[in-house]
Amino acid sequence: MPKRTDIKKILLIGSGPIVIGQACEFDYSGTQACKALKEDGYEVVLVNSNPATIMTDPTLADRTYIEPITVEMVEKIIEKERPDALLPTMGGQTALNVSVKLAEAGVLDKYNVEMIGAKLPAIKKAEDRELFKLAMQKIGLEVPRSGNARSLEEALKIIETMDFPVIIRPSFTMGGMGGGIAYNSEEYENMVRFGLECSPVNELLIEESVIGWKEFELEVMRDNNDNVVIICSIENFDPMGVHTGDSITVAPAQTLTDKEYQNLRDASIRIIREIGVDTGGSNIQFSVNPENGKVYVIEMNPRVSRSSALASKATGFPIAKIAAKLAVGYTLDEIANDITKKTPACFEPTIDYVVVKIPRFAFEKFKNADPTLTTQMKSVGEAMAMGRTFKEAFQKALRSLEIGSSGFEKKIRKTREELIFRATEDEMDAIREMLKTPRAERLWYLAEALRAGMHVDDIYELTKIDRWFLNNLRDLTEIEEGIYWQGKSGQLSEEILRKAKENGFSYKMMSSLTGMPEEEIRRQAKEAGIVPVFKTVDTCAAEFEAFTPYFYSTYERPFYNINDRDNKASACEAAPTDRKKVIILGSGPNRIGQGIEFDYCCVHASFALREEGIESIMVNCNPETVSTDYDTSDRLYFEPLTFEDVMAIVEKEKPMGVIVQLGGQTPLKLSVSLEKAGVKVLGTSSDSIDMAEDRERFDKLLEKLNLKKPASGTARSIDEAVRIAGSIGYPVMVRPSYVLGGRAMEIVYDEMSLIDYMTRAVEASPEHPVLVDSFLQNAIEVDVDCISDGESFVIGGIMEHIEEAGVHSGDSACSIPPYSLDPALMDEIRRQTKLMAKELKVIGLMNVQFAVKDNDIYVLEVNPRASRTIPFVSKAIGKPLAKLATKLMIGKTLKELGFTEEVTPSYTSVKEAVFPFIKFPGVDILLGPEMKSTGEVMGIWHDFGGAFAKSQIAAGNRLPLKGTVFISVRDADKPQIVPVARELADLGFKVIATGGTARILKENGIEVEKVYKVAEGRPNIVDKIKSREVAMVINTSFGAKSVADSYSIRRSSLDLGLPHFTTVAGARASAQGIRAVLKGGLDVKPLQEYHTDLLESLKLQNLQPAK
Amino acid sequence: MRKAILALADGTIFEGASFGAEGEAIGEVVFNTSLTGYQEVLTDPSYKGQLVTMTYTQQGNYGINSEDIESVRPWVEGFIVKDSCLYPSSWRSSESLMGYLKRNQIVGISGIDTRALTRIIRDKGAMQAVISTGDRDVDRLVNKARTSQGLVGVDLVKEVTCKQPYRWTEELWTLENGYRKTALKEKKYKVVAYDFGIKRNILRNLAEAGCDVTVVPATTTAEEVLGMNPQGIFLSNGPGDPDAVPYAKENISKLIGKKPIFGICLGHQILSLALGGRTFKLKFGHRGGNQPVQDLLTKKVEITSQNHGFAVELESLNGIAELTHINLNDRTVEGIAHKKLPIFSVQYHPESSPGPHDSQYLFKRFTDMMDSCK
Repeated sequence: MPKRTDIKKILLIGSGPIVIGQACEFDYSGTQACKALKEDGYEVVLVNSNPATIMTDPTLADRTYIEPITVEMVEKIIEKERPDALLPTMGGQTALNVSVKLAEAGVLDKYNVEMIGAKLPAIKKAEDRELFKLAMQKIGLEVPRSGNARSLEEALKIIETMDFPVIIRPSFTMGGMGGGIAYNSEEYENMVRFGLECSPVNELLIEESVIGWKEFELEVMRDNNDNVVIICSIENFDPMGVHTGDSITVAPAQTLTDKEYQNLRDASIRIIREIGVDTGGSNIQFSVNPENGKVYVIEMNPRVSRSSALASKATGFPIAKIAAKLAVGYTLDEIANDITKKTPACFEPTIDYVVVKIPRFAFEKFKNADPTLTTQMKSVGEAMAMGRTFKEAFQKALRSLEIGSSGFEKKIRKTREELIFRATEDEMDAIREMLKTPRAERLWYLAEALRAGMHVDDIYELTKIDRWFLNNLRDLTEIEEGIYWQGKSGQLSEEILRKAKENGFSYKMMSSLTGMPEEEIRRQAKEAGIVPVFKTVDTCAAEFEAFTPYFYSTYERPFYNINDRDNKASACEAAPTDRKKVIILGSGPNRIGQGIEFDYCCVHASFALREEGIESIMVNCNPETVSTDYDTSDRLYFEPLTFEDVMAIVEKEKPMGVIVQLGGQTPLKLSVSLEKAGVKVLGTSSDSIDMAEDRERFDKLLEKLNLKKPASGTARSIDEAVRIAGSIGYPVMVRPSYVLGGRAMEIVYDEMSLIDYMTRAVEASPEHPVLVDSFLQNAIEVDVDCISDGESFVIGGIMEHIEEAGVHSGDSACSIPPYSLDPALMDEIRRQTKLMAKELKVIGLMNVQFAVKDNDIYVLEVNPRASRTIPFVSKAIGKPLAKLATKLMIGKTLKELGFTEEVTPSYTSVKEAVFPFIKFPGVDILLGPEMKSTGEVMGIWHDFGGAFAKSQIAAGNRLPLKGTVFISVRDADKPQIVPVARELADLGFKVIATGGTARILKENGIEVEKVYKVAEGRPNIVDKIKSREVAMVINTSFGAKSVADSYSIRRSSLDLGLPHFTTVAGARASAQGIRAVLKGGLDVKPLQEYHTDLLESLKLQNLQPAK
Repeated sequence: MRKAILALADGTIFEGASFGAEGEAIGEVVFNTSLTGYQEVLTDPSYKGQLVTMTYTQQGNYGINSEDIESVRPWVEGFIVKDSCLYPSSWRSSESLMGYLKRNQIVGISGIDTRALTRIIRDKGAMQAVISTGDRDVDRLVNKARTSQGLVGVDLVKEVTCKQPYRWTEELWTLENGYRKTALKEKKYKVVAYDFGIKRNILRNLAEAGCDVTVVPATTTAEEVLGMNPQGIFLSNGPGDPDAVPYAKENISKLIGKKPIFGICLGHQILSLALGGRTFKLKFGHRGGNQPVQDLLTKKVEITSQNHGFAVELESLNGIAELTHINLNDRTVEGIAHKKLPIFSVQYHPESSPGPHDSQYLFKRFTDMMDSCK
């Protein structure tokens, strides 16, 4: 059936901010869908609140709404745009949930919008546990014994029929949020309560545990002619009990016989038919009993998912793109396979390599978070690697994680000489403990267990990780032992070198095993003719010719033809072109501090190169991203971003240069070694980068330019730190040098906490000294993005932070244009920015963070690279900064690009950060210099209040329009909170406050009711919050004691989803936001219209006679 | 580990490790793209005369079990893999792939770049090759490959067909019960199956569909078959060149119009010959479990299991039979039906094993046909 002609305009819903469980994979799927639909001539209307996405680029959809993904807002968009259809399956759980709500609220019927892809009954059948269970029983498939509970009482009844452990899964939550495994009745009751809170429908499923069973996933696609194909099978390394997002996963499935695999395939087909997903992709999870093969169906996602992004990258089959085409009526046999061109998309990809994904965690960011891996997802990103064998792919994935690992580092005995060791009883206990409980670092302890001689069967008993995987790891520890012994002679044999490289050992790891320099091992390998080759990801295991240059590296044995005996080589398929080309280094796995924003920049670099007729070559290892889509760049290398792996590509491709400044810290830290190896780094030189990163060099630069910075010093020891802090005066801000996302950055208020910090931080970063800065209290922080061709300089955007300096810039909300800064001061900020850009000879982008206190400007930090704010600024000002910067790096000037004037929009754009606290019970939500947010949203409106309100709504912080506001602030904030309280009272809110705050408010004539602090008696404020008497919480605190005292207030408001502000500035902005909503109401407007307005106003300006 | 050499007729030499029996194996080297099912591949009689490489790199992961067999023994001449697993993991496994090959005297080579090999086959076509674990003289090995006979014109069927007729009772495998057996008297349809190298899963599917199957040697005459008075005749898969089994073609010609006939793979090709058609050799054939086939009647696509090096020329059938199924990758003939008589056949393997079960409906089509011919 050809595409439908009865629909013309399609509404596509994105997934909103990056949160745990919902990351860039939905930018990838949404972008693919958008492109596919436009290609077919449909008009696409897009809504997504996340500005860091490629999908929200104004050139992608016809109408792009950066608006909160709520029923109210989407209804406004529907009312305005009148789309014929809604595609709900591309934006994760967020899009699915809002679509269900729109349908149930009658909005879709009212405006005659058809849901395509998956219809409401199918979504409900798949998502509602009870309906799903019934559906499975109907088609003869088994699900774990279970029951649904809508209250604690029901839950207690259900548990009577089951044995512990049991799994608790709240309905309609993403990433398994609020779920967990209960081993006893106390845990059970707590989890049930939490789970009921988390579920938007206050419902949960209690399920017989299949912990320790094997877990498999199948990616299924169906078209409206009922053709069904399986795109990929995935086997989880970690058995059932660990969320698949937190599990190491492997494609294809490794340990299923054909009979068992076909059994799952048949089941998947029956499931997609019974659930009734008409068209598109679904992900189905199974658990399999390792003792007898018994199968349970675990769940189905009736939409594209994280796993489908992984499956797309793993096989080369673009699931989202095809799903979009199926949704508009095509059948699978009518769509061509992009990669082979000659064969149709109606087939099942087959692969001739192994794909391994390892999740990336960020527990170090969250003190008190429980690092145990359970059914609630906790990882923030993932890295994927491909190799011809599991062992090779696995080791490549390890070094792709960007956690400083080059392989299986030692954890118990750390010296090289003790590679193989006889563990003491204590060490053995430690190992057993680390194996028993799944945590992020369990992997490395598996290797330690093997090194200590533990039998695979014993490891299996502790971990239930399939013996196939464990035996593969044992092979690795055996090979490493061989490397270790041979290394003693300083010469590695060809055999061991080949074996090591074929099994994925990095030169760095081999160096740490042998003590030989990395360079020397590389030399020996090269001499023996051992070099990597590149193989193609082609969907068909070489059966057909592939036309898409999508590669991974591997090591293969050479072969030859007897007619040409001297030409003995291993087969490389890279076939570089002789075009002018540039390599773009991507940003690796998502983590806090380095996420989708940098992928956005890298993708723009690729677009820019294409526009300039230069071949773009992308290197990245994050399967969620748009950058690793095979048609984003001319060529794609899915590889770890280490020096070794990048050099192999450089040597093969011989590019005119490498772009390192767009992918965040990951590529940036390679710039010096790349340059040393003779590689041209495009744009700002690595020397300038170093000048900005190296505190002492940077201080000299500021001195030279006569710019101010907070008093500071560099400490290489604890004593030195104490001395510096003493001379600067407390509080001080301390951090290791060379970090991103404020890793290990803290504000310390006294000597004791400083000493405590130094003991921890120096361990966190042994090679680098610690920076000690004076902390400017109550200063306003300003972020500036600037673009330069080395000669001229244009300000991209000046962003005024809402939260004061001291809160990490990535965690702070900010506004373009600034909402309170004096114009003269802004001019001075412009001057200083340009001065530094000139001095650093910036070619490309530069970001500066300033603090403004008492009209004095202090430079906090300069980064001569793309910053996290680039996509936000680009969308706010209607100029694609990363794309422009790329063109500058290849020699264009700003003048040639027509970007010579700073754009000051007449409307306001507010960026707000989104936090993962809800996933980490017990963690404090207080903000500080260490970044904790996973994502961001953008609110745009004609005034600051409205834009801020939108940003809050989009971030899930629902500003109340009436009710009770609770205020409790530290002494220093008391004067400033008065006008905020007055405004809220004026807006009709009832104000309640704790003692000190209440007194101040009363003194200032504000009607206020006093409530008890937690320690003062009951009912106290936490009681009031829990009984839902409070609509909004404003709570600032100072000092360790006050922070601890107020923890339960913040945590309980978070758990109940109350908007809570931990800074006065945030509270003030929220009052403005509430006023904007109450007075004016908020409407929606597409980005394209804002940008047209901008152009119009620029034209008007240009028409005016020059002053 | 002992070395092994794979020498192709075009002169290409791969050096790897021996992982099966010692010795030398000669055959046509072909690739199979199935991700699972090496045990079924090894025991499929259609691979007689061939050296098989699996494009998926990790082979032997789940070992060898007593159930997943398609005949009494492995038939491939030699097995070529990138990586062979020494520590299988499966609740059904009873031995390793390597142990099995050794025990069954099958030569194997591992550690070579099987993707490069596949690309050579794709570009130059399937060709003769030698695996040797002893002789290291590459010139001699290449020469051996070049001078070996190949498949064309060679009757391999006689090597794999049964010696005596037998009856079949085993049905399809289920996770819970393994293979079920049903008493013969419950079977509704009496079917005679010509064994050109029949896979057991075909028999299991026939039994499951209610057939009481008598398997007969390939040389059984039409008269003998008709003497058994079956309701339907089945023509099995098998190895090699359909033109090399003229006796089968002649017997089948005599059966056309007498009884409903269903053919699979070689059976489909021989049937086509019997209908007056021609076959030709494909460049490198179809071997794998992901080939899309469209049923021209319903327009639905089934993902099929395939294993063939020859194909039927549609035009040569002169309108006697019509095209029912087509391969969407290369548009070759995948299924035909006689225009007037209850006769149909498919090129692919509806019995799968290994491979998807999408096409099992064809066995029902066969019994329906027998029903309507009562």
